[in-house]
Order: sequence, then C-alpha cells, then structure tokens
Amino acid sequence: MTGSRIAKIIVTLFFLGLLATPLVLKRMAGAHDSRKVDAQTALARHGFYLQEVSHAAGVNFVHHAPVLDHKLDAIMPEVASMGASVSIVDFDRDGWPDIYVTNSAIGSKNALYRNMHDGTFKDVAEEMGIADVNQPGTGVSTGAVWGDYDNDGYDDLFLIKWGRPELFHNDHGHGFTRVTDQAGLPPWINANTAIWFDYDGDGLLDLFVGGYYDETIDLWNISTTRIMPDSFEYAKNGGRKYLFHNLGNGKFEEVSAKVGINSRRWALAAAAADLRGTGHPDLFVANDYGVSELYFNDGKRFHEVGQKTGVGFAPKSGMNAAFGDILNQGKYAVYVSNISEDGILIQGNNLWVPKQGTNGEALQYENLARDFGVELGGWSFGAQFGDLNNDGTLDLYLTNGYISLDHNRSYWYDFSKVAGGNSTIIGDAKNWPAFEGRSLSGYQSKKVWLNDGAGKFIDVAQSVGVNDTYDGRAVALVDLWNRGVLDVVVANQNGPLLIYKNTVAPENQWIEFELEGTASNRSAIGAQVRLFWNGQQQVQEVSGGSGFAAQNDRRLHFGLGKNPHIEKAEIRWPSGKTQVIDNPAPQQLHKIKEPA
Amino acid sequence: MSTPSSQTPAPARSKPFFHLDNRYIGPAFITCILLVGHLSFGILESYQKTLLAIVVAIAVELALGRIFVHKWLHPASAYITGISVGILVRSPAFWPYALCSAISITSKYVLRIKGRHLWNPSNFGISVLLFLAPETVASLSIQWGNYLWPMLVIWVLGSVIIWRLRRFHITAIYVASFVLFAFLRSWMIGTPWRSEIAPITGPMYQLFIFFMITDPKTTVRSRKWQCIVVFLIALVEMIMRLHQIVYAPFYALFIVGPIAMLIEILLDSRRKSSPHQAGMPHITAAKGTT
Repeated sequence: MTGSRIAKIIVTLFFLGLLATPLVLKRMAGAHDSRKVDAQTALARHGFYLQEVSHAAGVNFVHHAPVLDHKLDAIMPEVASMGASVSIVDFDRDGWPDIYVTNSAIGSKNALYRNMHDGTFKDVAEEMGIADVNQPGTGVSTGAVWGDYDNDGYDDLFLIKWGRPELFHNDHGHGFTRVTDQAGLPPWINANTAIWFDYDGDGLLDLFVGGYYDETIDLWNISTTRIMPDSFEYAKNGGRKYLFHNLGNGKFEEVSAKVGINSRRWALAAAAADLRGTGHPDLFVANDYGVSELYFNDGKRFHEVGQKTGVGFAPKSGMNAAFGDILNQGKYAVYVSNISEDGILIQGNNLWVPKQGTNGEALQYENLARDFGVELGGWSFGAQFGDLNNDGTLDLYLTNGYISLDHNRSYWYDFSKVAGGNSTIIGDAKNWPAFEGRSLSGYQSKKVWLNDGAGKFIDVAQSVGVNDTYDGRAVALVDLWNRGVLDVVVANQNGPLLIYKNTVAPENQWIEFELEGTASNRSAIGAQVRLFWNGQQQVQEVSGGSGFAAQNDRRLHFGLGKNPHIEKAEIRWPSGKTQVIDNPAPQQLHKIKEPA
Repeated sequence: MSTPSSQTPAPARSKPFFHLDNRYIGPAFITCILLVGHLSFGILESYQKTLLAIVVAIAVELALGRIFVHKWLHPASAYITGISVGILVRSPAFWPYALCSAISITSKYVLRIKGRHLWNPSNFGISVLLFLAPETVASLSIQWGNYLWPMLVIWVLGSVIIWRLRRFHITAIYVASFVLFAFLRSWMIGTPWRSEIAPITGPMYQLFIFFMITDPKTTVRSRKWQCIVVFLIALVEMIMRLHQIVYAPFYALFIVGPIAMLIEILLDSRRKSSPHQAGMPHITAAKGTT
C-alpha cells in the first residue's frame, strides 16, 4: 500500500469522524436528560418534587388571549400572544400570600385569589373591584405589579395593559379604588412590563413602564397594518418608556427623558436591583427584537451602559429579566430568556454573570448560560431564581412555548422567511403569511434547572413533576402556605393557571424575611438581605416585579441546606440604613421593621 | 465557498494605479461584508468564533494540502471558507464553528472524482451541520438587521466584483429565477408575494448568491450550462420551499451542484476517450488547486 493511499484512508476516516461528531455530542448531552420518576424518587434524588394542585386548591382560572383588529386576523396568534401574568401579594395583610392573575380578552375578568389558609383559594377580584378591567375601549390586561405607593401599609395595584393603564388604591384590604386619573397616568400604553422601585431613594415608590407596541396604536382600531417591528433584532419602532416619579400626593410625574431613559425598543421585561452596591437600584430592560438595556442609576439620573457592560451588544429576543446570586458570592447574575428552535434560530438564553475583578462603574458581564447549562429552553418566556430544594443554592424555573395549535403543522418556515427580510416587508402585518392554525414553538417541555452550587444547572423538570406543555408566560415563586418552601405559580397564555405545590426533603432547612420599611418605602422594595451561613453568603433583594409579567412574593426565602449555622443577616434598607441581625433562627419567617 | 477566480487571463494592459490580484478579491470582499455587518449590526456574537472558524479552515487546508499536494497551499480559499462559516453558522457553542470549517475543507480532499471536488466546501459543511446538529446550529438569518442600505452596499460591491470575475451571469440568472419562482409560489399557495421575496432581501442570501453559487471550482465550465444549472438550483429550491424547508437554498445547491459536476466529469472522461466527440463546451479550467 502506497503512502498516498494510506494518507487517503486516514483522511477519509478523519472525515467520517468529523461527520459523526455531532451525533456523538448529541448522545452525550442526552445522557443528562430529565426523566419522569415517582415523587419519592425525585425527593430522594433532587430533594424536592412539585405537584400541580390548582384544581384541588379551588383555582380554575383559564387565560383568554385578546382578539385584536380584524386586519390582523391572519397572524392573530402571533400579535396577540401575550397577556397572561401572575403576581403575588398579601393584599389583606393576613400573613398569607394571595395571587392576582390577568386575563386578556375583551370583557374577560382578572382574578384575585385570596388565600383561605387551608390549602384553597377564593377569587375575590369581583368584590374587591379589580376583576372587570378589560372592558371594550379600555384595552386588556397584560400584567400587574404591587407596591405600597402611599405607604399606608397595603400594597396597591398597577395594572399593565395594552390599553389604558390603571392604578388601584388598596383600601386596607377591603376593596380597591381606581385612582388612575388622579395619578396622572397617560391614557394609553401598550406595555408588557412595569416595576415598582424607589429610584431616587425618597421613600416613595416610583414606577417604570416599558412600552411594547407604539402607544399611539389602538390595537383594536388600527389605521395601518404597519405595526410590526421594522427589524427582528434591531427594531426601534416600539413603545416608549415611562418613569413615573411619585410626588407623594397620589400624583406621579413622568420623568423618563429628564433622567436619561429614552428608548423605543420593544420592552418585554424589566427588573431593578442594586447591582453595584451604590444604594441605588439599577434598571435592567430585556427587549424583544433587540439588545437588552442596562441603566446604571446614580440616584438622580440613569446612564445606559448595555454595550459597556457587555449585556447590550448581541441583539436577541429578550423576554425575561431576573436576578439571582447563583454562586453565593454576594453578586447578582441576570437571566434573560430568548428563542431557541432546533435548526432554525438558536439565540440561546443569556445568563449574565459579573466578570471576575469588575465592579462598580467598571462592572462587566459575560454570558455564561452555556457553561452553566441554562442556555437552551425553547421559546423561553418567564423565569425566576429561587431555592426550590432548600439546599442553599438558587435554582431556576423557566416556562416556555409560544403558540400551541396544530401539533403537526409549524409556522416556523413562514416565520423565518419573513423575519429575515427587508424592514418594509417585516414591518407590515399584511406581508406575513397566515397562521392557519399552525403552531410556532408550541407544546414545549419546561425547564427546572437545579443548581449544583459549583457552576452547573441540571434540568430536572420531568423528574420533579413539571410535565405541562402549555404556552407558559409568567412564573412567580412564593411560599403559598407558609411551610418554608417555594411553590411555583405559572400563568399560561390561552391556558390554565398552574400551581405547583412543592414538597422538600425535611433535612434541608430555610429562613424567610418579611421586611417593612419606615423611612424607606413601606413595601421595602429594594431592601437587600445578605445572609451569612456555613461560611458562605447569599444576597437577595425585595422586588417590585421581575421575570416576565410577574412579581414574586416580597418575602425573601433562603434555603440553607443541612445543619446550617447562620452567622448573621445584614439588611440594607433603601433609605441607606443598615441593620444586622445576629444568629437568626432557621425554620422561621422573620418579620422585620426598618429601625427608626 | 472557494476563492472566485477568473476563467481566462485578463488581456495585457497598462498597470492601473491600484491593482488587486484576483485571488485576493474574494477574501477582500467577504472581509468587507463581515466588517460592514459587524460594525453596523454586530452580526458576530463573538470575534473568537469567527476567528476559530478561519484558523481551523486554514490549518486543515495547510495540513491536507501538505499531505496530498506536497506543498503549502495559498490560504485565500480556506480563508473564504472559514470566514463564510464564521458568518453563516449561528451557534452559541464554539465547536460547530471549528467542526464546520474542518468538514468543509476536508470534504474537498475526500469527496473528489477525477481530481475535482464536487461540493462547494462551505455549502457542504453548513448543510451537513444543519442536518446533523439542528439542536445547536442554525444559519444566519435575522442577525443583520432588516434594513436596505447594507444590502445595497453588498449588491453594488458584489456585482462589480462578480462582473470583473466574469461570473455575474450566474448571480443574475439565480436572482431572476428566484424572483420568478417567488411570484409563482405566491400564486400557487396564496401567500403575500412580498413574503416570498423576503428571503432574498436578507443577509444569508447575499453570501449565497455572490459566493456559493459562483464558486469556480464547483460550477460547471460552460457559461450556458452555468446558467442552466443555477436555474435548476433555483427550481429545486422552489420545490423545497413549497415543502417548507427553511434552508432550501443550501440544500438545493447541495443536491444540484454535485450532480451537475458529476455529469460534466462524466462527459469530460468520455470526451477524452473519444477526442472528436462533441460534448459540453470546454472552457478554461478554474485556477487554483483545492
């Protein structure tokens, strides 16, 4: 055999090896797939399992999508694909978390599920006056966030809409009064996200609202079909952003331009946290059809630093913003969900982790979603960090699925055909082929990523009982029944509200904090608890809205693992005050009022 | 993609003020596309991935060239393959970039008949990867904005360069065929005609029409047959589009290109065995060895 022939054989084998590489890698990745097991096995293996109990809990809520102007009929499933949301609030201050969910068909009703303390809930939205909020001519609900804007001790409701935004004052848990007009809110915003936060530290909650569709568009009476984004990844023809500064007399002043927030990207999610330890909450905005925006807050003005910090360079389809100290280092990572569809569009979700050695004004992030194993989640929507098995590290719950219609026919071909085209084509709804009952990334399996604490997340969704394939939108984490575990509430588009009741291995301990501001805003939104135990620390912050169209319980929940020794809890209040609690007892909810 | 190169030597004339060897036109053009795309839209998620694709393509080319041709080959062709992979492959992982480049270049040395390789290297690599690793790999689609002016720049520059390389007819016939078939599809299935035209206004197609289908080494030699083959590529693409295959152009070229090459090789060998037999017109072979 000649040398040349041997070389040919070797190179041919090398070539075959190259061709086989993707299959080998796929097989190796498949070895970690989550498999269905029984509850006891899940408990033993992962330290928890989830059981869907909505019906048993008396919750039979089903979300209905809006039907917009008939000129959009051909692509109605796409343009009306959002609106399901969930937020947690203890509206009557009875010490048991309640659930508020939005509906989005004209004439449909939102629901406020009062916790009956016995494992069940009762919808009291109607009697409280916050059910019938989707009346013709006023648009429909797309989200809700709760915050005590007047510091009277009861969380008030800001209702996000494609339509007339609404502010409802909580009348000491006995009902709600519409105060939109007095507050000075604009007549129409097509928004999908809003958060309460005290950006200027004056003790009054302010309100950020991120527009999606342009606010001049009434989606039920459009004059043109040119309402779509003019680019799939660089669009700047979305809704404007609003920052409503709380003036303290029930009125708000819109100050976004004055403080440096000028954007017409298509915002889908926002969250605020003090990322640099300045005492001022920074603002993260995840945008559809474009880059994310990160606004550093100096207490008076915002400075957009998306590109500088690394989070605003590669445009994707941002649909979620959630913070979590995933490595117990006292620093927040940011999770942004995007779109991944096999062979068509692999954006990958982003897990923005602070780069080693960067902080303060020089803070920079790197996307470690792939390294941590939380990159691919289908058409991802809402996600939240929380310690689901109380082992002391934050896990990640992600819901997904865009449009589930016909199981066997996909719209992806037509979607990709138009999405890559020229702006004059993509920007006009009449150029988009009709859906005709097809699915688009529908019937997707959810992700419950368990954090091993060493930089890897493993998907255990199927193992721990999360088997639904609804079109998930919003996720909220909450200890619904005061048991020291985080339950999961999921709002699905055109689908039922799901309540996953959590059962956690009893040897894993926990601690919870319920904070109440005095000098700070009374909801304590922005207050930070840094817990030190067993030689490690974890930081969490009370949030006025995070994830996608969601708000977790304001109570902070820390898993501690086995045999914890808690050294201290450091609380930094939005007012700037710090408070240290030495050796707080585990297995308890600690109710703490800001010291005078 | 391989280096576009002229089929006949340019006639002797006075040396222009700025002269660029044809061998460098392709690399220069595609580098321009990359820079325009990245500086205006940040199409590269990371420089490292594109760099990896280029480095692997050149390294494999040099190694295999050394083994089979016993010399260090000029890296221009591999550079274009690598940079094309870097632009067209979209994956959050690094390995697809390296793998795609390696498969692309190696295919030139393994899948050969009568001394000619059949597939356009990057078309082969990308098609194989899209088929075998769809969970990790997609192709460039939406990442270059949806605006007209970057496309205009590419169309003008690309047309001038392709004209100079005497392959403009291939691009022109393909574009005309695509548009014709787009209207036909729209009429047949009742979709908005603009949605059928949309793909060719996107960035993926610009690389496809200026680089892949014009690659001298994997296109037939006769000008007439080049036109027929590229029309057939557009036709097969249309049939695939009717079956809603997202990467129809890549797969159409993947199928039609090698068949055309095989027929030409077959006819060539028959011509050699009977020198007086008439066959496909024979035009000067493409320059370069890959």
